[in-house]
Amino acid sequence: MAILSYREAVARALAQEMSRDPKVVLIGEDVAAAGGVFKATAGLLDQFGSSRVLDTPIAEQAIIGAALGAAMNGLRPVAEIMFADFFAVCWDQIANQVAKTRYMTNGQISVPLVIRTANGGGVRFGAQHSQSVENWVMMIPGLKVVAPSTPRDVVGLTAAAIRDPDPVVVLEHKALYAVREEVPEGELVDELGKAVVRREGEDATVLSLGAMVPRSLAAADRLARERGIELTVVDVRSLVPLDVTTLLDSVRATGRLFTVEENPRLCGWGAEILSIVVEEAWDDLKAAPIRITTPHVPLPAADVLEDAALPSVERIVDTVEKHLAS
Amino acid sequence: MLLPTDLGLPSRPAFKGEINGHELALFELMVRLRLFERRAYDLFLQGLVKGTSHLSLGQEAVAAGFARAMEPTDLTFATYRGHAHTLARGVPMSAVMGELMGRATGLMAGKGGSMHLTSVEHGMMGSYAIVGAHLPVAVGAAWAARSRGTKQVVVCFFGDGTTNIGAFHEALSLASVWRVPVVFVCENNLYMEYTAISAVTPVRHPLADRASAYGLSATMVDGNDVAEVFDVARRSLAECREGGGPVLIEALTYRQSGHSRTDPGTYRPKEEVEAWLARDPLACYADYLVSSGFSRAELDEIEAKATAEVDGAVEAARSAPPPEISLVETNLWADGSASWRS
Repeated sequence: MAILSYREAVARALAQEMSRDPKVVLIGEDVAAAGGVFKATAGLLDQFGSSRVLDTPIAEQAIIGAALGAAMNGLRPVAEIMFADFFAVCWDQIANQVAKTRYMTNGQISVPLVIRTANGGGVRFGAQHSQSVENWVMMIPGLKVVAPSTPRDVVGLTAAAIRDPDPVVVLEHKALYAVREEVPEGELVDELGKAVVRREGEDATVLSLGAMVPRSLAAADRLARERGIELTVVDVRSLVPLDVTTLLDSVRATGRLFTVEENPRLCGWGAEILSIVVEEAWDDLKAAPIRITTPHVPLPAADVLEDAALPSVERIVDTVEKHLAS
Repeated sequence: MLLPTDLGLPSRPAFKGEINGHELALFELMVRLRLFERRAYDLFLQGLVKGTSHLSLGQEAVAAGFARAMEPTDLTFATYRGHAHTLARGVPMSAVMGELMGRATGLMAGKGGSMHLTSVEHGMMGSYAIVGAHLPVAVGAAWAARSRGTKQVVVCFFGDGTTNIGAFHEALSLASVWRVPVVFVCENNLYMEYTAISAVTPVRHPLADRASAYGLSATMVDGNDVAEVFDVARRSLAECREGGGPVLIEALTYRQSGHSRTDPGTYRPKEEVEAWLARDPLACYADYLVSSGFSRAELDEIEAKATAEVDGAVEAARSAPPPEISLVETNLWADGSASWRS
């Protein structure tokens, strides 16, 4: 076992896959010589050389377009978009080109590419460098979407994304880059579309992903300690494909559901899951499912304001407690 | 109004390019493209082709000249005005017509339509309906070609209107920095949709005048002169294959029909239209061939064969069944499915 930070896990996953498959290449702004603005790609240029790790201009349409073209012609590119907010700058490439190519050509063209990005808030960067875009990407047919919450999952899910024959968006959480944990040695590859139960409890199910997973677990520990409430916490991990089986199994067992979502409220990922639960597990529900989300606002910069906007441990505790008491 | 002479073009194409041995093949290709597009337009009027379409009538020399010069492994990226480029790479007419008519026999079984024609086995990597979007994609394909040492060259066609969108700038910039084997071909037909390109563009030559911004130079060609296009295409492809890309070509041409099927093109001055029709790439080339010793009869024979091919393609498409409804939820993913959940 090695202790790895979340940011080191990104580099480890890329190195693992680039060592295995010479077709895997990495492009993006500052990813090569600088090792990434979050230092998530440090060392890769030295290890794999300038023909496989390439800096680009600040040109997100070119980055995604070039990755698409390369994927069409025999490479397996990993493209970094520095901040998830910048998806808006290259949204045509992501939503119209990358996502639709296979369908429009009736399967003539496969698009094995990965888009990595630093998603989410909590680091006081303000509205244009902090947004959680899970709901942007999961609503586009043709994109797979994963969001690791731990260093171990960064390795396993990124490796799975690179090996997948379809476009996969990997939402790394920028507030988690410094988080460290023990990660097993050796090759690590997960399966896309698998949720993981992080904690088991009989009173309610909490679904979360990314940085909301550690907050949900902290909230669950406090509720157990202080109120005797036992929560199941499920790390969704993969929004597309979605592990409906695991989610529904848990909701059926507890009868109560809370989602903890960092994305702004409207059309957040939890809304889709709630609709599935209501349609398919209605009879097992003991109470209305509840969504705990960022309000429907852009993220403010000041620490007290950002902390108030994002779902906090306190808000999760209070919301769960209030609804379980009623 | 922009007359050919205003752009420094002769009133009729000069046909001075080196085309030895390719004379009739180029003629045949242009005739096939012309007749196909004319028939496609007729079928739109009859309601047999639905949606929209963007015809290449008048621009056949660019598609034919380049396609004839390309190797089978080279890759084409084109725009929604892509019927001609698709056919020019050797895609059967019946598959293209089937796609336009929404039949099971269509190139993409009806999933793409007129604006998204793609045939990977012919090196036709797609027709893109978002202006400028395919330029970065072409750069990526060329980067992969260089990286894998395939010796492929990528040819990326786009219109004059594309030169004003951001993706154009990003793509040319990256292509130049990465030195990738791509030929960017601007088909300057003088109009971006319904507006004269000169009215909305700060430079006279939309591609060529911007080349220096990317550390590149550009070649202007008479896009109605298939000999010149073929000659320049051959040299450009060779340059890229030897490691010299990217290459920029601005082909001056003229769209003889409107922007799309609902556009009669009445915003164009009559004198301008007439001057460009007088330098029709196909009719002028036929005259040139006859003056060079080919017989009118052999050209007529080629045309009759092409007419029969179009007839056959239309007949095949008409009698083909519509796509199976079950296709709607297929081929989103590489496993053939459209499933998003367990």
